[in-house]
Amino acid sequence: MQEKLDSIKKEALDAVEAITEISVLEAWQVKYLGRSSAIMEVFKSLGTLSKEEKPAIGKAANIVKVALEAASEEKESQLKQERINQSLAGEKIDVTLPGRRTVSGGLHPTTQTLREIYRVFGDMGFQIYRSQEVETDQYNFQHLNFPPYHPARDMQDTFFVKSAEDRGDDPLMLRTHTSPGQIHAMLEHTSKYPDDPPPIRIILPGMCYRYEQITARSEIQFNQVEGLAVGKGIAFGDLKGTLSNFARRMFGQDAKTRFRASHFPFTEPSAEMDVGCFLCKGEGCSVCKGAGWLEILGCGMVHPTVLKNGGFDPEVYSGFAFGMGPERITMMRHHIEDIRNFWANDLRFLEQF
Amino acid sequence: MKVPISWLKEYVEISLPIEELAFKLTLAGLEVEEIRYVGLPMPEGKEQETKITGISWGPEEIVVGEVSEVLPHPDADRLVLCQLDDGKQQHTVLTGAPNLFPYKGKGPLDPPLKVVYAREGATIIDAYNETDPTATTTLKRKKIRGVESYSMACSEKELGISDEHEGIILLDQDAPTGMSLVEYMGDAVLDIAITPNIARAANILGVAREVAAITGAKLKYPEINPVMEGEPIKGRVSIDIKNPEDNPRFVLGLIENVEIKPSPYWAQLRLKLAGVRPIDALVDATNYTMLEIGEPLHAFDYDVLVDRAKGKPPVIITRRAKQGESLTTLDDVERKVDDFTVLVTDQAGPLSLAGVMGGAESEVQGKTKNVLLEGASWNYVNVRRTVSAQVLPSEAAYRFERGVHPEIAPIGVKRCLEWMRKWAGGTVAKGLVDEYPLPQVDTRVALTPADVERWLGISLSAKEIAELLTKLEFSVSIKGDQLDVTTPPHRLDIGEGIIGKADLMEEIARVYGYDKIPETNLADGLPLQVGNRDLELEEMVRDQLAGLGLQEIVTYRITSPEADRKALPPGAEEGREYLELANPISADKTVMRQELLASMLEVVEKNFRSKERIALFEIGPVFLPEDAELNISELPKLALCLYGSRSHPSWQGGEKKVMDYYDLKGIIESLLAGLHIEGVKYLPEAAPYFHPGKSARIDVGGNLLGYMGEVHPQVKQNYKLPDQPLPAAILDINALLERVDDLYDVEPVPDQPPVLEDLALVVDGDVPAQDVQALIQQTGGKTLRDVRLFDVYRGEQLGEGKKSLAYSLVYQHPEKTLTDKEVLAIRNKIVKRLEKEIGAKLRSW
Ligand SMILES: [Zn+2]
Repeated sequence: MQEKLDSIKKEALDAVEAITEISVLEAWQVKYLGRSSAIMEVFKSLGTLSKEEKPAIGKAANIVKVALEAASEEKESQLKQERINQSLAGEKIDVTLPGRRTVSGGLHPTTQTLREIYRVFGDMGFQIYRSQEVETDQYNFQHLNFPPYHPARDMQDTFFVKSAEDRGDDPLMLRTHTSPGQIHAMLEHTSKYPDDPPPIRIILPGMCYRYEQITARSEIQFNQVEGLAVGKGIAFGDLKGTLSNFARRMFGQDAKTRFRASHFPFTEPSAEMDVGCFLCKGEGCSVCKGAGWLEILGCGMVHPTVLKNGGFDPEVYSGFAFGMGPERITMMRHHIEDIRNFWANDLRFLEQF
Repeated sequence: MKVPISWLKEYVEISLPIEELAFKLTLAGLEVEEIRYVGLPMPEGKEQETKITGISWGPEEIVVGEVSEVLPHPDADRLVLCQLDDGKQQHTVLTGAPNLFPYKGKGPLDPPLKVVYAREGATIIDAYNETDPTATTTLKRKKIRGVESYSMACSEKELGISDEHEGIILLDQDAPTGMSLVEYMGDAVLDIAITPNIARAANILGVAREVAAITGAKLKYPEINPVMEGEPIKGRVSIDIKNPEDNPRFVLGLIENVEIKPSPYWAQLRLKLAGVRPIDALVDATNYTMLEIGEPLHAFDYDVLVDRAKGKPPVIITRRAKQGESLTTLDDVERKVDDFTVLVTDQAGPLSLAGVMGGAESEVQGKTKNVLLEGASWNYVNVRRTVSAQVLPSEAAYRFERGVHPEIAPIGVKRCLEWMRKWAGGTVAKGLVDEYPLPQVDTRVALTPADVERWLGISLSAKEIAELLTKLEFSVSIKGDQLDVTTPPHRLDIGEGIIGKADLMEEIARVYGYDKIPETNLADGLPLQVGNRDLELEEMVRDQLAGLGLQEIVTYRITSPEADRKALPPGAEEGREYLELANPISADKTVMRQELLASMLEVVEKNFRSKERIALFEIGPVFLPEDAELNISELPKLALCLYGSRSHPSWQGGEKKVMDYYDLKGIIESLLAGLHIEGVKYLPEAAPYFHPGKSARIDVGGNLLGYMGEVHPQVKQNYKLPDQPLPAAILDINALLERVDDLYDVEPVPDQPPVLEDLALVVDGDVPAQDVQALIQQTGGKTLRDVRLFDVYRGEQLGEGKKSLAYSLVYQHPEKTLTDKEVLAIRNKIVKRLEKEIGAKLRSW
């Protein structure tokens, strides 16, 4: 019996030695370890053996089986490793071929810039207030301290809107700025809290319209984001601090700002905020036209007349306001030369954002 | 406002470099947009705060020259040879300047002509370079028509003064021969943007006053004491102001026996640098004075007025125009004037549009001998309305529209009479006729250091505040902590009370320096945090759609009815009214849009050639015209549209199939699912934009959300588009946002094994799939966890007009493993119900 076992073992181990493919190994496993393999036949025949023989033969047979299984396992892992080695050595793809493009959409560049502005001011506690685009002269101009025939109206050429009624000196118009929203917001606020109204801090985004020829530099419609903070004890220094913080968030922590005197009827004192050119770091480039500074926004302390028109007592309350153009900011940041790109909707432009 | 530095220096000492001065002015609200060098040395280095243009004149190379004789050229009629002395030696200079021809062959000139001489090696503007007007050239020795040439006499263009290149510059007689030209008349021009509140500085003196205030230099007022030696003006003309509100002051002066001739070159040069064209000594004197002092002036031919008065002393009347009155202005246009226009008239009729433009008849002409000079102040509203009604902007009106202080009128008249006397000769009549019925009361404002602290955030003493304001010529008296501030008699922009305080704050801040005010952070409590839910949800919709592969667009909201109606087939929505612009800028932009789809399809039209796949959305308002109560509605809408292939082309193929109704529906379903909007129904209903058989109304809980469908073939024809499916949708943003559910429930993840099964049904072809699915779902109840349609089939073997719908069903119980028997029971229930309600039959395979 022992010889039989030895010969089974030898035959099997010799056979496994020569195997070079997994499929052959699988056949070997069936032949030498399967149900009707020689070694299994030995186990099956154990029952016919005497009590004395049984343990010894059984043990010897088991040793053979374990040896075969070990050989099989070793061969299997050797073959797998060989296959991996083969794959590593031989398989290769052109990793430079373009990837499969998934369909992806995108947001209009103005939306993206608006969101950045919302986020920065939102962090400083400013809420977003929106109002209508068709306005009255009263809200677009008069309440904002542009009396009829005021020369500052020249700077805001206006689209007027026809009305069935004769509105006299209060014609309808497309808003020329989002400032009328300041009045709406203040009046809503002060009528809700007539006694001692709490502070207000808002930004007012939206589309505005100017009667201008459409050129690379001017559009008949454009977005604006205005801001307004009214409270007790708000001073010009707060305006400078808040807007410089905005500039650092928007244009980088090393952004420099400068404030220079300017004029808007609804603020007094008024200022323009320039930001040190973030493209050339003040060296002078085509975007800042060599000046090293970019005009980013107009601002100022809310005019007492405007506060009064909004229901605040200007002797007690003060505040600041500012306004900026998200398209202009987008143009500066991305070297866009022509503002007409924004509403032309050429996908080759939009898809770059 | 263009300000030559040389002129400015007459009134204020400037020790700062020009660029630094420009920077200070800019910070103080007089924004210097450009510095144009005309001769003076330009700054080196690139770190400039201001745009710089122009040319510097070489101090050695460009000098004052003296032409003693003009000789004909031996071979060329159109050239002459000048005998020229440059202070060092004699030269023969070749030139073709026509303004020397009158001197040709006239022998030695006495006095000689003073010209600008550019020596060999001088760099000047290349007057013949037509593409680049700033290109320069350097003079080299060469032969022209056989005569050696190495230098030249220059035109204004060659020196960067003006575009004048017809003749050469003829300087004033007192120009010192041999003197470096830059020393003699080198200049730099500050181009300052004048905002309306600072119109008082729309003159050289006004800018000088600001320079004085911000640099601490002293302002040097011009001396106003003209030589007046003629017969007194009193009794030779009188003034009758009908409405002092319109015309607070009117001043007249008279100069007699003038000679109309050019003004001196230095004055012409200053006018040119300031952007005003020189005409003759009289006109130049009025313009020069206006630029210098800020008072617009008007010169009448006195003899014409005397004629009109039939030899009597004229009476100058200022009044509102009468009905139907007209005047021929000096641009020879007959103008009908409105009743708000103020006229300067005499007893015979209108003479000029007050503060805007003179009349042709009484204007100063070549034969004028005696000049009556008007200086006045006018109500800015009338001037402004007249300018806009007549479309007649002018330098004078520009100033009057912004307000000119009445105190300046007599100063301007006296100053101008003196310039006229100096430049055009003649004798100035003694005295002025001055009517001032409505004296300007200069405002007084009470102020405390606490105001300054509250407004500007800086603490200054009363004395410091007074010092700042005094620099701008405010008169200030201090009592304890109280400042009493009186506005100086040249400005009209300081209000009263709290407004006056605010106005003074700006002045204090400007002189103190905006840059010195420290930056602080808002110290008051956080305001009410109310958020803006509508906007936040709208942004969520944008994110969802971009995530679903759509590109956001933004189109014009101003359109024309024709363009807007392109979204509709002919005949639909006839007679629709629009919110109309009263002053459209062009024929294609006359009304506010009502259809987002119209401009969106234009975007498809514009892009389909360059893009294989187009997927767009836009969120924005449409505008409805006034309703019966005259209310205007702005309704936010969402438009979506797909065109072209389902995926991008790729080297591996990509999906070329074009997108259709169901692609868009999938996007809308995903959008609504993403917003957790439940109970959405798609009902077959024709909207005008869409093919009637391929149009659905989208409902949520019985409310209209919008319409989607395949764009109507007749609408497609309105655009230049290939005949391809064009699914689109219009949704109402308000209806959409109303249904967004923030508090949706999440179901637990089941841990029992699911039982999967397919169910194929044969139904009538026109049974909506939505109904079949709803029935299955309803009948299956909670145990039927998912129903998904995976096949729609029509074929002969199904029978006439039938279709097969195949669903895969997922049964799953939250707590137990379902047995085959339990599943079968549910399935049978479903089949029975479908059969009963819609006549569905199980499809046999
Ligand atoms: Zn730059």
